Amino acid sequence: MRDRDVDKTNKTNGQALRMDRLCKSYQLGSMELKVLRDIDLTINNGEYIAIMGPSGSGKSTLLNMIGCLDRPTSGDYWLGGENVALLEDDDLSLIRGARIGFVFQSFNLISQLNVVENIEVPMYYQGCSERESEQRAKKLADMVGLGDRLKHRPTELSGGQQQRVAIARSLANDPLIILADEPTGNLDSESGAEILKILDRLHNEGKTLIVVTHDPGIAKTAGRLVELFDGRIKRQPKSE
Amino acid sequence: MFLFRFKRTAKLGLKSLWMHKLRSSLTTLGIIFGVSSVIAMLAIGEGASQEAQAQIARLGSQNIIIKTAKPPEEQDVSGQDESMREYGLTYADAERFRNSIPNVEVIVPSRLIPQQAWYRNRKVAIEIVGTVPWYPEITPAQIKLGRFLTSIDLHHKQSICVVDEKVVDELFLFDDPLGQDIKLQSDYYRVVGVVQSQSRGEAAEALGGGDSAEGKGQGANVGNIYIPLTTVKNRFGEISIQFSGSSGRSVERVELQEITVKVGSVDEVLPTRDTLETLLDRFHKKNDYQVIVPLELLKQAKATQRIFSIVLGSIAAISLLVGGIGIMNIMLATVSERTREIGIRRALGAKKRDIIMQFLSETLMLTLLGGILGISLGSFIPYMVQQFGKMPTVITGESLLLAFGISAGIGVIFGLYPAYRAANMDPIESLRHE
Repeated sequence: MRDRDVDKTNKTNGQALRMDRLCKSYQLGSMELKVLRDIDLTINNGEYIAIMGPSGSGKSTLLNMIGCLDRPTSGDYWLGGENVALLEDDDLSLIRGARIGFVFQSFNLISQLNVVENIEVPMYYQGCSERESEQRAKKLADMVGLGDRLKHRPTELSGGQQQRVAIARSLANDPLIILADEPTGNLDSESGAEILKILDRLHNEGKTLIVVTHDPGIAKTAGRLVELFDGRIKRQPKSE
Repeated sequence: MFLFRFKRTAKLGLKSLWMHKLRSSLTTLGIIFGVSSVIAMLAIGEGASQEAQAQIARLGSQNIIIKTAKPPEEQDVSGQDESMREYGLTYADAERFRNSIPNVEVIVPSRLIPQQAWYRNRKVAIEIVGTVPWYPEITPAQIKLGRFLTSIDLHHKQSICVVDEKVVDELFLFDDPLGQDIKLQSDYYRVVGVVQSQSRGEAAEALGGGDSAEGKGQGANVGNIYIPLTTVKNRFGEISIQFSGSSGRSVERVELQEITVKVGSVDEVLPTRDTLETLLDRFHKKNDYQVIVPLELLKQAKATQRIFSIVLGSIAAISLLVGGIGIMNIMLATVSERTREIGIRRALGAKKRDIIMQFLSETLMLTLLGGILGISLGSFIPYMVQQFGKMPTVITGESLLLAFGISAGIGVIFGLYPAYRAANMDPIESLRHE
């Protein structure tokens, strides 16, 4: 895995990812807290999936799992032909950087860096040259409509603008999957709608979109809804 | 690849250091003081050391110096106030050295008499050195003008003299000393040569042998006038009269104040010293001589100075350590302040290694900056000490390298732990951190 490019093409019948009987539990003192139980989930390339569920149902943990920020306690997680459960920390970092784009509820931009520099961060860790990554960052900023705010700091931008920077950043390494954790949760409805429009556009361009949300509106737009309850998938309409 | 990566990491580090200018400069201050005190302390120590060593080296490392020493006062043998005391080195001793020790290259007997020298209406305290033509062989002092004493001078007991530069400075001012007459006691001596000052007094002082006989009666730092040994014997005799306190006067008879023996090589110095002492011991009932081996003193001085330097260096090193701990403290604070940023970077593909490099490079930049400024300040302090404290200082290349190495080392050592902590934070936890 190390020193070899992450293979972004999918060798597994158009599946972006697959989870088989995936469990995650935390040890709290002597008690074992089961957060995810026997998750079976297959997501195909280009799907738009909404994950819903009450708080404490394991949404965030599932999202961390999909985003390779965490490893399963048991079960398998295949991401583009690679079993994530077996990978080293460095490999996980590489996968996160190359295959997954994160969009967070609280934007999570680095406050010392300006718009372009924030978008450049994922490319830096993939070893892109400075010139190349700057060009691409400017292009992405332009794409989300921030071409005139390249040198602005996050604090100088509105919430909607910050989230657009975050989306541009998530696209930096041209990932297959974009993970968004309540992307409109901190935004007014107008900016939220704008963000959803951009996400929709990405979906139409062929990205696999996984969105955790409370917003039924998003769930409607999404092609499939995955509902979590108490660490299990409650309802999962058969993927088309 | 690595270099290019390093450049960008450094840029990133500089940026975040620049964001906290006050914090960064205060942190650097600790290192600056640490490094500069290491350099200053070592420079002062080294200066003192070289000064002492130079003084001793002037006595010659291949030399063995035997000095007449006044034996301990015997309590009134005859009850008389005025008694002739006879002690010290003799011509016979010099002769015996020549005959019985084969590896002796040069033997220089000397008479040392404190006197006042007159030239026209000026007078100055000097020390007469009654000696032999081959005296220059035991000293590094160069002949500056004219010539030194010759065997003809010795044979004919000429009234001539060679003066050192100190005497020239004090007595002749702007006159050409060659051919002038100097008055010592009641006689005139013509100056035939000028030699470099070699400050015998200072050197002797450094040896702690300052109380040997009447040689240094006039105090340490006086000029020397060299006169043929035979002439001195003729004019000044061997008897000196001293007025000592309540007991009135005492008369002493001393043939030679000093015999300097030079051996062929440094290795022969110590064995020859032993032979000399055995020989002297046999012929001198009273303990009326003192053997000085500059080589040994040189070694001792070096050892002492080394300890001195180590002590000074350690004190300075402690302040460096404190500076280092200050840096670590700040870096730990920085890491916890930037927990969220670390989480973001990890989520976006940063490996642990990348995070370590990021924080380590910040610490390194702080300490190296501190090191460079500290070296400048540390070089300036000895300069001031030299200017205003009249103390010699020497900044060696090694001390600069050492200080720079230490500051870099501190950067790595005290930077590693905060960086390691940053890298090992759980990305999920850090993302949630407010």
